[in-house]
Amino acid sequence: MNYKMMGRFVGRILLVEAVFMVPAMLISLWEKEYASVRGFFWGITATVAVAGLLALFCRGVKNKFYAREGLVCVGLSWIVMSLLGAIPFCASGAIPDYIDAFFEIVSGFTTTGASILPTVEDLPKGILYWRSFSHWLGGMGVLVFLLAITSAGRNDSGYTMHLLRAESPGPNVGKLVPRMRQTASILYLLYIVLTVINIIFLLIGRMPLFDAVCTAFGTAGTGGFGIKNDSIAGYSPYIQNVCTVFMLLFGVNFSCYYLLLIRQFKRMFRDEELRMYLGIVVGSTVLIALNLRGFYGTLGETLRHAAFQVASIITTTGFATTDFDLWPGFSKAILLCLMVVGASAGSTGGGFKCGRLLLVIKSLRRSVRRVVHPQRVQVVRSNGQPVDEKILQNTNAYLAAYAIITGVSFLLVSIDGFSITTNFSAVLSCFNNIGPGFEMVGPTCNYGAYSAFSKLVLIVDMLAGRLEIFPILILFSRSTWTRR
Amino acid sequence: MKIIIAGDGKLGSVLARQLSAEDNDMTLIDYNPRVLESSEERYDVMVVQGNCASMEVLLQAGVKEANLLIAVTGVDEINLLCCMTAHGLNPEIHTIARVRNPEYADQIYEMRNMFALSMSVNPERQAATEIERLLKYPGFLKRDTFTKGRVEIVELRIDEDSKLCNVALNDMNSVVKCQILVCTVLRNGTAVTPNGNFVLREGDRIFVTAPTDSLTVLLKNLGIITHKVKQVILCGGGRVSFYLAKLLQNSGINVQIIEENEERCNQLAALLPSACITQGDASSQFLLESQGISDCDALVAMTGLDELNIIISLYGVSCGVPQVITKLGHMDNTNILGSLSLGSVISPKELCCNTIVRYVRAMKNQTGAALTVHTIADGQAEAMEFLVDHNTLHCGKALKSLRLKKGVLVACIIRGERREIPNGDSCFNSGDTVIIVTDSGKGIYQLNDIFE
Repeated sequence: MNYKMMGRFVGRILLVEAVFMVPAMLISLWEKEYASVRGFFWGITATVAVAGLLALFCRGVKNKFYAREGLVCVGLSWIVMSLLGAIPFCASGAIPDYIDAFFEIVSGFTTTGASILPTVEDLPKGILYWRSFSHWLGGMGVLVFLLAITSAGRNDSGYTMHLLRAESPGPNVGKLVPRMRQTASILYLLYIVLTVINIIFLLIGRMPLFDAVCTAFGTAGTGGFGIKNDSIAGYSPYIQNVCTVFMLLFGVNFSCYYLLLIRQFKRMFRDEELRMYLGIVVGSTVLIALNLRGFYGTLGETLRHAAFQVASIITTTGFATTDFDLWPGFSKAILLCLMVVGASAGSTGGGFKCGRLLLVIKSLRRSVRRVVHPQRVQVVRSNGQPVDEKILQNTNAYLAAYAIITGVSFLLVSIDGFSITTNFSAVLSCFNNIGPGFEMVGPTCNYGAYSAFSKLVLIVDMLAGRLEIFPILILFSRSTWTRR
Repeated sequence: MKIIIAGDGKLGSVLARQLSAEDNDMTLIDYNPRVLESSEERYDVMVVQGNCASMEVLLQAGVKEANLLIAVTGVDEINLLCCMTAHGLNPEIHTIARVRNPEYADQIYEMRNMFALSMSVNPERQAATEIERLLKYPGFLKRDTFTKGRVEIVELRIDEDSKLCNVALNDMNSVVKCQILVCTVLRNGTAVTPNGNFVLREGDRIFVTAPTDSLTVLLKNLGIITHKVKQVILCGGGRVSFYLAKLLQNSGINVQIIEENEERCNQLAALLPSACITQGDASSQFLLESQGISDCDALVAMTGLDELNIIISLYGVSCGVPQVITKLGHMDNTNILGSLSLGSVISPKELCCNTIVRYVRAMKNQTGAALTVHTIADGQAEAMEFLVDHNTLHCGKALKSLRLKKGVLVACIIRGERREIPNGDSCFNSGDTVIIVTDSGKGIYQLNDIFE
């Protein structure tokens, strides 16, 4: 394996991270929060130092990625990035325990939004900004950002396809345009434009600028770190509705927006995944609203809360406008199912992904038909195109890995002795990058009660969920580290 | 520039690599998802799976915005249909089709008009022409052409008894008595740009710029015995062999083809009445000897297997055949072949790729990129052809008054019919074509790059 090349690449990612810590430090400086300024100073120093050492030791190597290097590189960069990104929390004294700080930043980068903090309102502004910004960066992916700004995708290193595949969610990642750099730039441009529109809409609702920016970051990355203890509940109904719409928008495959941009409306609205995603959202909202009759004062309020919670859970954001832990069992069951479904492939959301679910259902239908007509030749189609057998195989393998990891983590987390609902929803919530679960990890509670070991298990779950399992799983495989 | 390549085979993937490295937006179309996957991983390209002649697939590949379509699938008819469909969808598009069936070879000029092709390529025929050119002037190790074959850079070896041995370049004109310029000398493995006082020694390999029609004079005056090739053995009876045999027949050379497949032998015998077709295994030394390898003038190894071709050539060289030519199909690892004495090496794929790349560069030439690039002197130097246009600096100034970068040599100035080997008083004007020779890796992409 080409360790030097990987080292150089991780170094570059850290440099990007260090640059992004600077605005957070400036905000702290502006707000005269000197403890967090010190925290960010140490964070930046450490990150730059590690990046410098990596650059020094890994000079002059060929820039070629093969499947294995690509996957390992993505897994390692996310871990190293999180290890260093936790330093500001720790050094500023906001979250003194390093494991807790690590949990918090991983939860940020993976756009989970699960917190170990009981109250967030008394955190320094700079720290709050860094927490929310980690969502934004993690949402589209820091490697994709690197591909957009560097010339790594040029000339003989067309090998960057593995990086895009490893970091972008979905069963079948492709380019939008022939050039990797342009593809990455288009994705980030769409992302930035949507975020800015979101901020503008929030500002129209009289939200303070800082709150608007942080909330927009949380929405864009489908993360869910709020800057208020009650998440979004304290804001006006207008702001809650804006959040609902934008959460749903960020849960759509970004290639749909590209199709919109090049005026291929038909192809966009014929997209099976988009239809399924919207269908699930509307269906669940209606069902929950029916189930909640009499729970809130008016029908409008019921619908607003139902739609907000459905959007928040299916896009794996994890904001809350109400304590849905108090809802009746059927509504909670729907939310639990939505946790697993997740957003669309190619969006910033997590979870199993609608597109994958569609493929699993279709291949299941094929297997059932095969029992009845063993001789019948059947091809699974998606959007009218035959789906490659390899993709189906990978999807089924993904389902298996998904189930096994959920099961094992559930067992490990249960050692702490909390209730089954708490543990199961905590694992699902972290693994699918949502944030809140039920009971002890419900929307009004936090993950602080878990032991350090359970937190580490949940950290691995979050990373595995965000990077779609394989880049993390491959780090634990012996054949990765042996010579070919 | 936006380019679509239909057919991701050997040629398609080489083109994808070369053209995407030259900053073009490439889209590949192929039926086979496996090859597409590997191309997508290796090069910065987009891929579309499907039939390249279908409108839907072409539209998906962005034919409406594309500037050029290159159809290089394995089937001529699909290539033609693909170009025609693309042209129907986007009348502005340039199209290049690979057509290699010998039955179409004679009507290709008419077909170009009928199918609205900008260019058609036939790698096998091109390789045959290239081999024939080498066989015609057996003294040269390599010939690279510029300005559509009117000027060449040829490679010569200085032997002990050569008339040029121990001659300074200033005195060379009295020996060769024609307009030539020695642009690079390869001595002991390093390339040197010589000046007038440079004295040639035994074992040097020199690269000479000369107008094509003075090559015969050059050979005669150098006293290189052009033992005219009379007897050639071709190992392998593929399409290149067929084209080559036809060309050689026309120049009255005896051709002997050794081919293993009996059916193909019969076909060739019917198509080539005056050639001698032998059925048998060309790698068998007994067969080669019985066919008179020891007294033939040239041996061309062009079976379908590169390994076999190399073995045959090595055997030919060891038997003392004066000229040995090896055809290589895959050519991904030519650098490891340098130490083997294979004679001249020809790769149809590479030749064809160069032709297409040249066309692309010419299309882009509004920016002043090189029209033709040949690497010479074992890759240590490059010879490039540029068009002088109104953007070019220092037009009409004498060369001696210009400050050129170190290691840059103006090798030839072509103005209409005149081909001038420049001296200090020469100058170039808008509309001329110039040939520049430089050390490799100088980063010269435009004509203006040569000035300090």
